[in-house]
Amino acid sequence: MNRPIRSAWMGGIPLSLSELWFLLIAVLFVGFFFLEGFDFGVGMSTGLIARSDRERRTLINSIGPFWDGNEVWLITAGGAMFAAFPHWYATLFSGFYLPLVVVLLALIGRGVAFEFRSKMKQQRWRKTWDIIIVVSSSLLPFLFGVVFATLMKGLPIDGEMQMRAGFLDIVNPYTVVGGLSVTLLCLVHGLLFASLRTVGDLRERALNMANKLMLPLAAILAVYAVMTYFMTDVFAVRGWALWIMVVLGAVSLGLAAYFVRHKREGWAFGMTGAVIAIAFASVFIGLFPRVMVSSFGSAFDLTVYNAASGAYSLKVMTIVACTLLPFVLGYQIWSYYIFRKRLNEQHHLEY
Amino acid sequence: MDPIMLSRIQYALTTIFHFFFVPLSIGLVLLVAIMETLYVVKGKEIYKTMAKFWGKLFLINFAVGVVTGILQEFQFGMNWSEYSRFVGDVFGAPLAVEALLAFFMESTFIGLWIFGWDRLSKKVHLACIWLVFVGTFLSALWILAANSFMQHPVGFEINNGRAEMNDFLALLTNGQLLVEFPHTIFGALMTGAFVVTGISAYKLMKKQDVEIFRKSFNIAIIIGLVSSFGVAFSGHFQAQYLVETQPMKMAASEGTWTTTEDPAPWTVIAAIDPDKQENSGEIKIPGLLSYLSYSKFSGSVQGMKELNAEYQQTYGPGNYIPPVRTTFWSFRIMIAAGGLMIVLALYGTLLAMRRKLEVAGTWFMRLMVFAISLPFIANTSGWIMTEVGRQPWTVFGYMTTEASVSPNVSAGQILFSTIAFTAAYTVLGIVMVYLFVREIKAGPHAVDKPEEHDESADPFGMDGGYSVVTK
Repeated sequence: MNRPIRSAWMGGIPLSLSELWFLLIAVLFVGFFFLEGFDFGVGMSTGLIARSDRERRTLINSIGPFWDGNEVWLITAGGAMFAAFPHWYATLFSGFYLPLVVVLLALIGRGVAFEFRSKMKQQRWRKTWDIIIVVSSSLLPFLFGVVFATLMKGLPIDGEMQMRAGFLDIVNPYTVVGGLSVTLLCLVHGLLFASLRTVGDLRERALNMANKLMLPLAAILAVYAVMTYFMTDVFAVRGWALWIMVVLGAVSLGLAAYFVRHKREGWAFGMTGAVIAIAFASVFIGLFPRVMVSSFGSAFDLTVYNAASGAYSLKVMTIVACTLLPFVLGYQIWSYYIFRKRLNEQHHLEY
Repeated sequence: MDPIMLSRIQYALTTIFHFFFVPLSIGLVLLVAIMETLYVVKGKEIYKTMAKFWGKLFLINFAVGVVTGILQEFQFGMNWSEYSRFVGDVFGAPLAVEALLAFFMESTFIGLWIFGWDRLSKKVHLACIWLVFVGTFLSALWILAANSFMQHPVGFEINNGRAEMNDFLALLTNGQLLVEFPHTIFGALMTGAFVVTGISAYKLMKKQDVEIFRKSFNIAIIIGLVSSFGVAFSGHFQAQYLVETQPMKMAASEGTWTTTEDPAPWTVIAAIDPDKQENSGEIKIPGLLSYLSYSKFSGSVQGMKELNAEYQQTYGPGNYIPPVRTTFWSFRIMIAAGGLMIVLALYGTLLAMRRKLEVAGTWFMRLMVFAISLPFIANTSGWIMTEVGRQPWTVFGYMTTEASVSPNVSAGQILFSTIAFTAAYTVLGIVMVYLFVREIKAGPHAVDKPEEHDESADPFGMDGGYSVVTK
């Protein structure tokens, strides 16, 4: 189990199947944050830039056809983790019991709120679900940010692969900054998506808000990067690779700010997406080959080797995934293509 | 409180609640797809109105099914981490494939279906709803492949203290899956059918939108008839498979303590005393249990006491008898509800064929409204029988429920989550029923809003699509 099985290749580099699955799970999480990141952001922005029910509806409609599919990236990441790294899945999910309860409640509330809010016209009804949309859309990226920050910092994992984390292991200045960074990043990303799919006043407001948030976003990301340098070992372990990511991230963010200022929301959206992708890719690069860092010492770390499934299972899953992924990506891209047009408030909106 | 008991309670509650919505989604989406097909083929607006009306109910239901489903996936790791470690290699694979093959399909095409009425051609739009149906169908297949492994583990070997897959195909051709999948799918189609006939009956009694609801009733009752027979036959095969692979579950669901005479009688009702391990006040039908078990009127069926002694020899000391009363009664409730549905579907089809639906008098219509509850009762009790009857095992013969629980999660944490999820689900259930009733009362014509001309511009066009629309 500890001996990697060399049977997959990535651009000429031999890769064991468990390493390949680590890569796939990283891609699924990066995809999840890139995609659901903007629908979290649009969710938050319904409470910030919409001035009427009609505008809120327009914003929700801008993510209407997509958010459910975006969430499946998370479900697939979870399923892939379960199948490819059962110990990672078990340690992580049982160890983060209470935060995940909150995550689940927020996911449940958010999912039904999109469907339920428009079913009745009463003010109180709409307001209730609108609040749930804003709160859950902000809470979720925050909690995910906190959890991913703890993964880099390390957690009390014992020799039985059991994680017994106390409150302060999970909630501390480093993780809170991580949570806030992700939340703010998703908000700006979502505002840009909204500006890409709306017209007129709403688009203006989304762009203005994104413009205003650029500086605070750059500041908190910088603070987070500095804290990561001092409070985790990822720079020590991955040195130059992470420095490249930091530089790439800073450049992308700078370009995003430039494009927002020039009202080129398409390019700006691409750049905030790049920042998200770079940030989460850095987490996985910094961790590798560990999947969970133990604060009790590296002997207790969970790695892609000691947490992985057997060779047969990984092989079957690899074949299945490689067969299905092109189709999945194909029809997802097609659905974005179908709904590429801007939404106008005067249009008939599907409720 | 004990964390195992709490985890079991939470698992039972969340799963039962989730499984209230899943079969209805599968059943409803098929009916909506059929209606939209009729619209595309025949070109009559009425079928579009029908598809939109039932589609709206489907969407409310689907949303609740989706959000409660995420919890199901997370729960394995959160509450049953030792189980996840032991079987992740085998059990995780179908779950991952389910997400990749089914969930992506469902969620993408449902989005296209909801928002694509005026953006897609009729045929492409129709293809979307059929793909959603295929997605729900595949989702059921993979989740049941995972469940079947728990009932009848195949395609693996024990390595390094864990179950490791060594034959993927065996998982998919698991005998348990071959009997469990048709039974569950027919049950789901029956659920959709009885909900649609029940609501249609209600509207027909009220003489509202008569043509729409007569057509809906007619389509649904045929699905109801076919699926109710499908459920019965597949159930029979499943029982026979049970005798072979999980005789203890069979014995418990029959309340059979000691091995029966040959031929074995079927106990209709009995007062079961699990402490004394005996029954009283039994009413029996001679030979029927032999028929249920072997499709012939001979052969005896093993009792729980003998089986327990056998299991103790194989698996070591312990009590291998599941909660007998629960298993026994859930089985009977399922059969009673199923039988009733067969009768109703037969009679309803007869009326529909003779075009006597409205003349039949309101008693049958009232009965059909009440019958909406039947598939839910049958589905729930069927799963209770299957899962409770497997106890004390999570993976039959390999891992007990007690050994499956997360060792690092405290009773307090589970109590908190159980209360939180129960509260959330209660609210969800109430809201959903309320919205359902509202939509039904509003009727199909409430969805027919005039569609405005869509002049939205393409943001990737030459001018960024901006100048066109702002004027």
